[in-house]
Amino acid sequence: MTAPLIRIRDLTKSFGITPVLRGVSFDVNKGEAIGIIGPSGSGKSTILRCINALVPFDSGSIHVGEVDVGAPNLDRIALRRRVGMVFQQYNLFPHRTALQNVMMAPVQVLKQNKAEVEVRARALMRKVRLEGKEGAFPGELSGGQQQRVAIARSLCMQPEVMLFDEVTAALDPETVKEVLVTIRELAEEGMTCLIVTHEMAFARDVADHVYFTDSGIIVEHGDPKTLFSAPTHERTKAFLERVL
Amino acid sequence: MDVVADFFRTLNATTGWNFSIFHDAFDARRFWSAFWVTVQLAGISVLFSVIIGIAGAFVQSMRFAPLRWLINGYIAFFRNTPPLVQMYFFFFALGAITPTARDDIGMDVPIVSSFVWALVALSFFAGAFNVEIFRSGIEAIPRATVEAAESLGYSKLKAYIFIILPLAFRICLPSLNNNLVNLIKTTTLAYAIGVPEMLYVANQIWSDTLNVVEMMNVLLILYIGLVSLLVWMMHRWEKAMRMPGYGA
Repeated sequence: MTAPLIRIRDLTKSFGITPVLRGVSFDVNKGEAIGIIGPSGSGKSTILRCINALVPFDSGSIHVGEVDVGAPNLDRIALRRRVGMVFQQYNLFPHRTALQNVMMAPVQVLKQNKAEVEVRARALMRKVRLEGKEGAFPGELSGGQQQRVAIARSLCMQPEVMLFDEVTAALDPETVKEVLVTIRELAEEGMTCLIVTHEMAFARDVADHVYFTDSGIIVEHGDPKTLFSAPTHERTKAFLERVL
Repeated sequence: MDVVADFFRTLNATTGWNFSIFHDAFDARRFWSAFWVTVQLAGISVLFSVIIGIAGAFVQSMRFAPLRWLINGYIAFFRNTPPLVQMYFFFFALGAITPTARDDIGMDVPIVSSFVWALVALSFFAGAFNVEIFRSGIEAIPRATVEAAESLGYSKLKAYIFIILPLAFRICLPSLNNNLVNLIKTTTLAYAIGVPEMLYVANQIWSDTLNVVEMMNVLLILYIGLVSLLVWMMHRWEKAMRMPGYGA
C-alpha cells in the first residue's frame, strides 16, 4: 500500500477562545472520495480550509504528498497547485468571462502557454456541460452554472485533490443535481475528492468513506452504507434522524 | 483661420466685445500655449495621482504596520491642509532648499521649475484622496473572492493586480471620477506660484487688453470643455469595463 495522499494528525484550531477542531486525524488515499458530514459549526469546512492553508492551524500536522502544510516556509503556490478548492458561494471573478475564469490561474500563476491552457479550458467547459457558455459573464449564469465553472476553474490547475466546501448549499434544489452529477463523474474518474456536504444521499452514493464530525472531533467514520444504516454512536444517530 | 479672426475683429468693431485671443496674434499665442500648459498639468497630475492612489492602497493593505502608518500620515497631511498652502509649501519651502543652476546670462534658476512643483503638489493632493477612494473599492470586494484567488495559487501581489484592482476600479470609478474632475479645476491654483497656465495668462491678457468679461467667459467655457472631455472618457471607460449581469 502506498503512502496516503493527505495525512492529517491531531489537528487543532481555535478561533479566539472557541475551539473549532479538537484533535482530528485521518488519511486520504489517492483516488478516494471522502464525505465529511456533521452539524453546522462542527468544523467540517475548517478542515478543508486548513488543508489548503487558507487558515493556519494551531497544532498537529497536515501533509499533502510531501508538502508539510504547517511548515513556516510553506510554498503556498506549490500546495495550491496540487489542491483545488470549490466554495459554497462559487466566488467566480465577475469581471471575466466563464472561459477566462477557467484560464486565468494557469496562465497568470503557473505561466503556462495560453493556447494550450485554452484547449484544456474548453475541454473542461464541455466536461462540466457548459459548452456554448464560454463567453458568458458570471453574472449572466445561474448558480448551478457558476458553480460548474468554478469546478472547471479548479480543475484547469490540474490538481491532485479537490476540496468541495458545501458546494450545493447556496443552490436551489433543481440545480443541485447538475452540480452533483459533475462531482460524481470526477470521483468516478478517480479524482481524489474531499466533499463537505449536507446532501446525505449524495455522500452515501458517492463517497468511499464518510466521516461524521461534531464539536471539532471525528465522532464516527466508516463506509457510507454502514454509517448511514447502522450508526453506532448516539450523536451520529441523533444527527441522521434530524436530517434524513 | 482668417475667417474666424475677421469675424472677431468685426465683432469687436461693431459691439465692443473684444475676444482678442481670436484676432490678436500675440494674445492668441500666449493664450493657447497657456491652454496647453493647463492640459499638461491636468493630464500628468491625473496620471500620477492615480498611480499614487493604486500604490498607496496596496501598501495600506499590507501587514507591515510602519508602511501603513506612513501612508496614513501622508493622507492626513494632504487631506487636512488647503491645496493652496501645499502649493506654497512645495514652491517656497522645498523650492528654497533644492539646488539651483546658473543659466546663460548668469542668473541662478531653480532646477525644479514652478510647473514641476505644481505638478508634484497637485499629484500628491489628489493622490491622497485617490488612496482612500481605491481603499473603499478594495474593501467592497467580498473576502471570499480574494480567498478564491488565494486558493488558485495567486500571491498577494498577483491577486492585487489581476483580481482585486480590476474589481476595485469598477466599484470606485464614480468617486474617482469626482476627484479627478476636482483635480482639473484645482490646476488653477498653480497661478499662485507663477505657472503660466490658463487662468494666469488670461489675467495678463485682460490686464493688457481690458477685456475681463470676455476672457472670463472664454475661461469658463474652456474649463467646461476640459472637464466634459474627462467625464466623457471616464464614462466610456466605465462602459467598457462593465460586468454584464453583475449588480444590475
